[in-house]
Amino acid sequence: MAEPPRFESVVTDEMRAQIGVPREPFVCEVTTTGVRMFARAVGYTDPIYYDRAEARRRGLRDLPAPPGYMGTPIFDPEASDPTGGARRGTQAGVRSPYTLVLNGGTDVEYTGVDICAGDELTGVARLESLTERYSPALAGPMLVQVTATTYTNQQGEVVATVRGTGLSYGPRRDDG
Amino acid sequence: MAEQIYFEDVAEGAEIPALEKEPSTQQLVQWAAGSGDFYQIHYDTAFAQNTGLDGIIVHGALKHAWLGELLHRFASPGGRVRRVACSYRGMDVPAQSYRLRGTVTKKSAAERTVELSIWGENESGQKTTPGTGVVELPSRA
Repeated sequence: MAEPPRFESVVTDEMRAQIGVPREPFVCEVTTTGVRMFARAVGYTDPIYYDRAEARRRGLRDLPAPPGYMGTPIFDPEASDPTGGARRGTQAGVRSPYTLVLNGGTDVEYTGVDICAGDELTGVARLESLTERYSPALAGPMLVQVTATTYTNQQGEVVATVRGTGLSYGPRRDDG
Repeated sequence: MAEQIYFEDVAEGAEIPALEKEPSTQQLVQWAAGSGDFYQIHYDTAFAQNTGLDGIIVHGALKHAWLGELLHRFASPGGRVRRVACSYRGMDVPAQSYRLRGTVTKKSAAERTVELSIWGENESGQKTTPGTGVVELPSRA
Protein backbone atom coordinates (compact mmCIF):
# COMPACT_ATOMS: atom_id res chain seq x y z
CA MET A 1 0.00 0.00 0.00
CA ALA A 2 1.33 3.44 -0.93
CA GLU A 3 2.26 5.75 1.91
CA PRO A 4 0.07 8.85 2.25
CA PRO A 5 1.72 12.00 0.86
CA ARG A 6 3.85 13.93 3.34
CA PHE A 7 2.67 17.37 4.35
CA GLU A 8 3.92 20.22 6.48
CA SER A 9 2.47 20.38 9.99
CA VAL A 10 0.45 23.50 10.82
CA VAL A 11 0.25 22.79 14.56
CA THR A 12 2.40 25.15 16.59
CA ASP A 13 3.61 24.83 20.19
CA GLU A 14 1.21 27.63 21.07
CA MET A 15 -1.73 25.65 19.69
CA ARG A 16 -0.59 22.48 21.44
CA ALA A 17 -0.33 24.36 24.74
CA GLN A 18 -4.11 24.88 24.62
CA ILE A 19 -4.80 21.17 25.00
CA GLY A 20 -6.49 20.49 28.33
CA VAL A 21 -6.77 24.12 29.37
CA PRO A 22 -10.31 24.90 30.65
CA ARG A 23 -11.98 27.89 29.03
CA GLU A 24 -14.17 30.43 30.78
CA PRO A 25 -17.37 28.73 32.09
CA PHE A 26 -20.68 29.56 30.42
CA VAL A 27 -24.20 29.20 31.77
CA CYS A 28 -27.10 27.60 29.89
CA GLU A 29 -30.70 27.83 31.01
CA VAL A 30 -33.00 24.86 30.51
CA THR A 31 -36.51 26.29 30.21
CA THR A 32 -39.93 24.89 29.29
CA THR A 33 -40.01 27.16 26.22
CA GLY A 34 -36.50 26.05 25.21
CA VAL A 35 -37.37 22.36 25.59
CA ARG A 36 -40.57 22.74 23.55
CA MET A 37 -38.79 24.68 20.78
CA PHE A 38 -36.01 22.10 20.53
CA ALA A 39 -38.44 19.15 20.60
CA ARG A 40 -40.67 20.77 17.98
CA ALA A 41 -37.66 21.44 15.71
CA VAL A 42 -36.56 17.79 15.89
CA GLY A 43 -40.11 16.57 15.30
CA TYR A 44 -40.81 14.78 18.60
CA THR A 45 -44.41 13.68 19.17
CA ASP A 46 -43.93 12.37 22.75
CA PRO A 47 -45.95 14.69 25.06
CA ILE A 48 -43.24 14.40 27.72
CA TYR A 49 -41.43 17.28 25.95
CA TYR A 50 -44.49 19.54 25.77
CA ASP A 51 -46.88 18.78 28.64
CA ARG A 52 -45.62 19.39 32.19
CA ALA A 53 -48.38 17.24 33.73
CA GLU A 54 -47.28 14.31 31.53
CA ALA A 55 -43.62 14.83 32.52
CA ARG A 56 -44.59 14.81 36.22
CA ARG A 57 -46.81 11.76 35.73
CA ARG A 58 -43.72 10.00 34.39
CA GLY A 59 -41.69 10.88 37.47
CA LEU A 60 -39.85 14.00 36.35
CA ARG A 61 -39.65 17.43 38.00
CA ASP A 62 -40.56 19.23 34.79
CA LEU A 63 -40.14 18.89 31.00
CA PRO A 64 -36.91 16.92 30.37
CA ALA A 65 -34.21 18.11 27.97
CA PRO A 66 -34.33 16.02 24.76
CA PRO A 67 -31.05 14.29 23.75
CA GLY A 68 -28.62 16.92 22.48
CA TYR A 69 -30.31 19.87 24.19
CA MET A 70 -27.98 21.34 26.81
CA GLY A 71 -30.07 24.45 27.45
CA THR A 72 -29.67 27.87 25.89
CA PRO A 73 -26.55 29.92 26.61
CA ILE A 74 -27.46 33.22 28.25
CA PHE A 75 -27.17 35.79 25.50
CA ASP A 76 -25.14 38.94 26.08
CA PRO A 77 -25.31 41.43 23.20
CA GLU A 78 -21.84 42.71 24.11
CA ALA A 79 -20.08 39.38 24.51
CA SER A 80 -21.97 36.66 22.62
CA ASP A 81 -21.33 35.41 19.12
CA PRO A 82 -24.29 36.43 16.90
CA THR A 83 -24.27 33.15 14.94
CA GLY A 84 -23.85 30.53 17.67
CA GLY A 85 -25.02 32.50 20.71
CA ALA A 86 -22.17 31.40 23.01
CA ARG A 87 -20.06 33.99 24.80
CA ARG A 88 -16.73 34.59 23.12
CA GLY A 89 -13.88 32.96 25.01
CA THR A 90 -15.98 30.02 26.20
CA GLN A 91 -15.44 27.73 23.21
CA ALA A 92 -12.38 25.51 23.06
CA GLY A 93 -11.14 25.24 19.49
CA VAL A 94 -7.94 26.94 18.32
CA ARG A 95 -7.92 29.16 15.23
CA SER A 96 -6.96 26.96 12.33
CA PRO A 97 -4.59 28.20 9.62
CA TYR A 98 -6.89 26.47 7.10
CA THR A 99 -9.82 28.47 5.77
CA LEU A 100 -12.39 25.71 5.11
CA VAL A 101 -14.22 24.21 8.04
CA LEU A 102 -16.51 21.20 8.49
CA ASN A 103 -18.34 19.83 11.50
CA GLY A 104 -16.91 16.33 11.90
CA GLY A 105 -19.15 14.89 14.58
CA THR A 106 -20.94 15.13 17.91
CA ASP A 107 -20.84 12.82 20.91
CA VAL A 108 -23.19 13.48 23.82
CA GLU A 109 -22.70 11.26 26.83
CA TYR A 110 -25.01 11.56 29.85
CA THR A 111 -24.16 10.53 33.39
CA GLY A 112 -27.76 9.54 34.14
CA VAL A 113 -28.73 12.62 36.19
CA ASP A 114 -32.06 14.09 34.95
CA ILE A 115 -31.88 17.43 33.12
CA CYS A 116 -35.20 19.28 33.35
CA ALA A 117 -36.66 22.71 32.75
CA GLY A 118 -35.64 24.92 35.65
CA ASP A 119 -32.05 23.63 35.63
CA GLU A 120 -29.09 25.86 35.08
CA LEU A 121 -26.12 24.11 33.53
CA THR A 122 -22.56 25.40 33.60
CA GLY A 123 -20.40 24.32 30.70
CA VAL A 124 -16.61 24.22 30.73
CA ALA A 125 -14.92 23.48 27.42
CA ARG A 126 -11.44 22.14 26.77
CA LEU A 127 -9.51 21.27 23.66
CA GLU A 128 -8.90 17.54 23.98
CA SER A 129 -6.74 16.76 20.97
CA LEU A 130 -5.21 18.18 17.81
CA THR A 131 -4.30 15.74 15.07
CA GLU A 132 -3.32 16.11 11.45
CA ARG A 133 -3.86 13.63 8.70
CA TYR A 134 -3.96 13.37 4.98
CA SER A 135 -7.50 13.13 3.66
CA PRO A 136 -7.79 11.21 0.38
CA ALA A 137 -11.34 12.61 -0.06
CA LEU A 138 -10.14 16.21 0.25
CA ALA A 139 -6.84 15.43 -1.53
CA GLY A 140 -4.95 17.33 1.14
CA PRO A 141 -4.04 17.60 4.79
CA MET A 142 -6.68 18.16 7.43
CA LEU A 143 -6.52 19.43 11.00
CA VAL A 144 -8.82 17.57 13.40
CA GLN A 145 -9.74 19.28 16.68
CA VAL A 146 -11.68 17.43 19.35
CA THR A 147 -13.20 19.57 22.10
CA ALA A 148 -14.92 18.30 25.23
CA THR A 149 -17.43 20.34 27.22
CA THR A 150 -18.50 19.17 30.66
CA TYR A 151 -21.89 20.33 31.95
CA THR A 152 -22.63 20.60 35.67
CA ASN A 153 -26.04 21.42 37.14
CA GLN A 154 -26.92 23.87 39.89
CA GLN A 155 -26.42 21.10 42.51
CA GLY A 156 -22.84 20.58 41.34
CA GLU A 157 -23.63 17.24 39.68
CA VAL A 158 -21.98 16.50 36.32
CA VAL A 159 -24.82 15.76 33.90
CA ALA A 160 -23.11 15.29 30.54
CA THR A 161 -19.98 15.58 28.45
CA VAL A 162 -20.32 16.79 24.88
CA ARG A 163 -17.49 16.14 22.43
CA GLY A 164 -17.29 17.94 19.13
CA THR A 165 -14.98 17.20 16.23
CA GLY A 166 -14.01 20.12 14.04
CA LEU A 167 -12.26 19.62 10.70
CA SER A 168 -10.37 22.30 8.79
CA TYR A 169 -8.58 22.02 5.47
CA GLY A 170 -7.94 23.75 2.16
CA PRO A 171 -6.16 27.04 1.45
CA ARG A 172 -4.35 28.69 4.34
CA ARG A 173 -5.19 32.11 5.70
CA ASP A 174 -3.03 34.97 4.45
CA ASP A 175 -1.70 35.45 7.96
CA GLY A 176 -1.43 31.72 8.72
CA MET B 1 -46.88 5.71 22.48
CA ALA B 2 -45.26 2.40 21.65
CA GLU B 3 -45.16 -0.41 24.19
CA GLN B 4 -42.17 -0.58 26.51
CA ILE B 5 -39.21 -2.68 25.40
CA TYR B 6 -37.55 -4.43 28.34
CA PHE B 7 -33.86 -5.21 28.66
CA GLU B 8 -34.54 -8.95 28.63
CA ASP B 9 -36.43 -8.73 25.33
CA VAL B 10 -33.58 -7.19 23.37
CA ALA B 11 -31.30 -9.41 21.29
CA GLU B 12 -27.87 -8.49 19.99
CA GLY B 13 -28.05 -8.04 16.24
CA ALA B 14 -31.71 -7.00 16.22
CA GLU B 15 -32.74 -3.92 14.28
CA ILE B 16 -34.81 -1.30 16.10
CA PRO B 17 -37.79 0.51 14.50
CA ALA B 18 -36.59 3.09 11.96
CA LEU B 19 -37.55 6.77 12.00
CA GLU B 20 -38.41 8.59 8.77
CA LYS B 21 -37.78 12.28 8.18
CA GLU B 22 -38.23 14.60 5.25
CA PRO B 23 -36.98 17.95 6.47
CA SER B 24 -38.54 21.07 5.00
CA THR B 25 -36.76 24.40 4.89
CA GLN B 26 -39.26 25.41 7.60
CA GLN B 27 -37.89 22.65 9.82
CA LEU B 28 -34.33 23.91 9.29
CA VAL B 29 -35.40 27.39 10.39
CA GLN B 30 -37.15 25.88 13.42
CA TRP B 31 -33.93 24.03 14.19
CA ALA B 32 -31.89 27.23 13.89
CA ALA B 33 -34.15 28.80 16.52
CA GLY B 34 -34.44 25.69 18.70
CA SER B 35 -30.70 24.98 18.77
CA GLY B 36 -29.46 28.57 18.60
CA ASP B 37 -27.29 27.86 15.52
CA PHE B 38 -27.93 30.64 13.01
CA TYR B 39 -25.20 29.76 10.50
CA GLN B 40 -26.59 30.99 7.16
CA ILE B 41 -25.64 27.94 5.05
CA HIS B 42 -28.74 26.27 6.53
CA TYR B 43 -31.38 28.78 5.38
CA ASP B 44 -29.88 31.30 2.92
CA THR B 45 -29.33 29.75 -0.52
CA ALA B 46 -27.21 32.61 -1.89
CA PHE B 47 -25.00 32.53 1.19
CA ALA B 48 -24.60 28.75 0.93
CA GLN B 49 -23.69 28.98 -2.76
CA ASN B 50 -21.09 31.65 -2.01
CA THR B 51 -19.32 29.17 0.25
CA GLY B 52 -19.14 26.65 -2.60
CA LEU B 53 -22.19 24.53 -1.74
CA ASP B 54 -24.94 23.75 -4.27
CA GLY B 55 -27.54 25.12 -1.88
CA ILE B 56 -28.63 24.96 1.75
CA ILE B 57 -27.79 21.85 3.73
CA VAL B 58 -29.27 20.11 6.77
CA HIS B 59 -27.47 20.89 10.06
CA GLY B 60 -25.25 18.04 11.25
CA ALA B 61 -26.54 18.62 14.78
CA LEU B 62 -30.15 18.15 13.60
CA LYS B 63 -29.22 14.72 12.23
CA HIS B 64 -27.55 14.00 15.61
CA ALA B 65 -30.79 15.07 17.35
CA TRP B 66 -32.81 12.75 15.08
CA LEU B 67 -30.58 9.87 16.19
CA GLY B 68 -31.43 10.96 19.75
CA GLU B 69 -35.13 10.79 18.85
CA LEU B 70 -34.64 7.32 17.32
CA LEU B 71 -33.12 6.12 20.62
CA HIS B 72 -35.74 7.93 22.73
CA ARG B 73 -38.53 6.20 20.82
CA PHE B 74 -36.84 2.83 21.26
CA ALA B 75 -36.30 3.24 25.04
CA SER B 76 -39.52 5.09 25.99
CA PRO B 77 -41.42 5.46 28.15
CA GLY B 78 -39.41 3.77 30.93
CA GLY B 79 -35.85 3.81 29.59
CA ARG B 80 -33.42 6.61 28.99
CA VAL B 81 -30.88 7.69 26.40
CA ARG B 82 -27.33 7.64 27.77
CA ARG B 83 -25.22 8.41 24.73
CA VAL B 84 -25.69 9.66 21.18
CA ALA B 85 -22.52 9.90 19.08
CA CYS B 86 -22.15 10.30 15.34
CA SER B 87 -19.80 11.47 12.60
CA TYR B 88 -20.89 13.73 9.77
CA ARG B 89 -19.67 11.97 6.64
CA GLY B 90 -21.90 13.46 3.99
CA MET B 91 -24.12 16.46 3.42
CA ASP B 92 -27.90 16.19 3.19
CA VAL B 93 -30.37 18.60 1.71
CA PRO B 94 -33.97 19.53 2.58
CA ALA B 95 -37.03 18.04 0.82
CA GLN B 96 -35.44 14.59 0.56
CA SER B 97 -36.30 11.64 2.70
CA TYR B 98 -33.83 10.69 5.39
CA ARG B 99 -34.03 7.53 7.46
CA LEU B 100 -32.63 6.93 10.95
CA ARG B 101 -31.85 3.32 11.81
CA GLY B 102 -30.10 1.24 14.43
CA THR B 103 -29.11 -2.28 15.40
CA VAL B 104 -28.26 -3.65 18.83
CA THR B 105 -24.56 -4.48 19.14
CA LYS B 106 -24.07 -5.25 22.82
CA LYS B 107 -25.99 -5.74 26.06
CA SER B 108 -24.54 -5.08 29.53
CA ALA B 109 -26.52 -6.56 32.39
CA ALA B 110 -24.79 -4.52 35.13
CA GLU B 111 -26.54 -1.24 34.26
CA ARG B 112 -29.15 -2.73 31.88
CA THR B 113 -27.61 -0.78 29.06
CA VAL B 114 -27.84 -1.59 25.39
CA GLU B 115 -25.28 -0.36 22.89
CA LEU B 116 -26.35 0.21 19.32
CA SER B 117 -24.84 0.95 15.97
CA ILE B 118 -26.94 3.87 14.70
CA TRP B 119 -26.95 5.81 11.49
CA GLY B 120 -28.83 8.16 9.21
CA GLU B 121 -29.11 7.25 5.55
CA ASN B 122 -30.17 9.24 2.51
CA GLU B 123 -32.47 8.20 -0.35
CA SER B 124 -29.65 6.22 -1.99
CA GLY B 125 -29.04 4.28 1.22
CA GLN B 126 -25.72 6.05 1.84
CA LYS B 127 -24.91 6.29 5.57
CA THR B 128 -24.08 9.97 5.94
CA THR B 129 -24.28 9.98 9.75
CA PRO B 130 -22.88 6.76 11.27
CA GLY B 131 -22.55 6.51 15.02
CA THR B 132 -23.04 4.77 18.33
CA GLY B 133 -25.85 4.99 20.86
CA VAL B 134 -26.40 3.72 24.38
CA VAL B 135 -29.75 3.41 26.13
CA GLU B 136 -30.71 2.15 29.56
CA LEU B 137 -33.81 -0.07 29.60
CA PRO B 138 -36.09 -1.18 32.44
CA SER B 139 -36.06 -4.80 33.56
CA ARG B 140 -39.00 -7.18 33.68
CA ALA B 141 -37.70 -8.42 37.02
